[in-house]
Amino acid sequence: MRRVGVVAWNTFREAVRDRVLYNLVFFALLMMAAAIIVGEVSIGIEESVIVSLGLSAISVIGLLIAVFIGVGLVSKEMDKRTLYALLAKPVRRWEFLLGKFGGLLLTLTVNTAAMAVGLFTALLYVKHSLGRTDAVVLVAVYFVLLKLAIVVALAMLFSCYTTPLLAILFTAGLYVSGLFVKEMRSFHSDTMAPVIQVFLRWLSYLLPNFENFDVMGSAAHGRAIPTALLLQNTAYAALYCAIVLAAAASIFFRRNLK
Amino acid sequence: MASAAIEIENLTKAYPYGFLHLKKKTSLEGLTMTVERGEVFGFLGPNGAGKSTTIKLLVGLIFPTAGTARILGKPISDIEMHRDIGYLPEQPYFYDYLTAAELLDYFARFHDLAAADRRERVERMLKRVGLETARKIQLRKYSKGMLQRVGLAQAILHDPKVVILDEPMSGLDPVGRREVRDIILELKREGKTVLFSTHILSDAEMLCDRVGVIVGGKLRGVGAPDEIVGLKAHGMEILFEYAGNDAMATALLGKATKTGSRYRMQLGEGDLYSTLEQLHEAGAKILAVAQVKASLEEYFMHLVEADRAQAAAVEVSGK
Repeated sequence: MRRVGVVAWNTFREAVRDRVLYNLVFFALLMMAAAIIVGEVSIGIEESVIVSLGLSAISVIGLLIAVFIGVGLVSKEMDKRTLYALLAKPVRRWEFLLGKFGGLLLTLTVNTAAMAVGLFTALLYVKHSLGRTDAVVLVAVYFVLLKLAIVVALAMLFSCYTTPLLAILFTAGLYVSGLFVKEMRSFHSDTMAPVIQVFLRWLSYLLPNFENFDVMGSAAHGRAIPTALLLQNTAYAALYCAIVLAAAASIFFRRNLK
Repeated sequence: MASAAIEIENLTKAYPYGFLHLKKKTSLEGLTMTVERGEVFGFLGPNGAGKSTTIKLLVGLIFPTAGTARILGKPISDIEMHRDIGYLPEQPYFYDYLTAAELLDYFARFHDLAAADRRERVERMLKRVGLETARKIQLRKYSKGMLQRVGLAQAILHDPKVVILDEPMSGLDPVGRREVRDIILELKREGKTVLFSTHILSDAEMLCDRVGVIVGGKLRGVGAPDEIVGLKAHGMEILFEYAGNDAMATALLGKATKTGSRYRMQLGEGDLYSTLEQLHEAGAKILAVAQVKASLEEYFMHLVEADRAQAAAVEVSGK
């Protein structure tokens, strides 16, 4: 696992030096502007507007990083041939993959944590104090991070066997599909063949269920999030990432680096 | 008895191509050879001959279609084998956001070296490849030659027993080539086994204990450079200066090639002494007399042309 850590730290260092964290400046400006404007124009809903806007921005910025950098984690190393010297060292291919995943996850964690600090600062500005109910926002941020971990794993899987452009399209497609799994499961139509309905139902279990990670409504209104959901989402994300990364490793294990 | 440094047996690599990947192009066909411990082995061949394919198979970047290979007795699929090898890729490219010192430290971490040992080795390697003053510059600002040196440093950083270099002289100026040659000779003195691919034949002649010539994915010859081109002299060559206009000398000059004020004449061994006497009598100044041997280049070109002729014949008969 030490070698996984070495690759992960270098991936984080690459993200920092390639100025990935500069997006935080944009987020900070957005939060400052939102806090000032919302404070002026909203009556009684400042908190929910700030929370909704902040969580949406954290999610969108995180998704952009997860998809675009996630796809490049492996493909860029193959295209630029930086991988050649590395894989001649005593490092297994799955260790490299896991390290790259861990490195981007670390980057996203730092990025998300910094944005969460910005969000709470904006909340403090409009509310003048923070209460226990605001801890729900932290849980929502944690769920965004879990969602991003699954997206990174998917992006890595696709980048192991297809071109970066297709990998971006596949990842984005799966993300969007994953927002509608509950609808797929409950979908019923008399005009649809039973075979297709069964297929859709099975497919809905294979697709990542991102709907469970969306607790923005609860966070915006200070409603508590059940501990069971916290545990369930954590376990689901860990298991889904493990399966997807295992699939990516099995593809990458056989890949010829021409 | 200790095994050879590198043992390759019937190694074959074919790549599928076409829309459904049903066709196969063979890059390497049934390669069988050994590289002994402590030997400098040159792998020669034109572009696309299968040199890099062989090297990539050995270091585990691609996987063989058939055949096996062992390095220091360990199969190439064994991760432990990687502790004993150093590898310089062809036209190396590294993480350009790192400095040379950071890159070497990064790679050293995979060899379980203690922090103090890592620092000491990184400094020593940077000095050895002449990059100690550029150690804090990001690699994106490095020239091709400097990247080649960093590549060489990362390949030998962990003191490997077998060093595999893919076109180590490529892209280097004469000074850089000389420095790489010196490093290879130093490695030989340290008892390391060095396998390097090149198409610069003079480097191979100068450095290698043995060479292997690969053309069209097939090994065409292995042996000491002198051995494989044949030890037999093809004749003699006299280098001389002459400024007079003696009639006899003028007849001899017709057989010579003039370069500047010097003449170079090739002749059979039996005619050597009589010709030297005639030149001496005519007042020519003899500068050198040497044996003419077939060069590695001639041997190499002969193999390449034979391969091309064979390929053309196959194509014609196929039509």
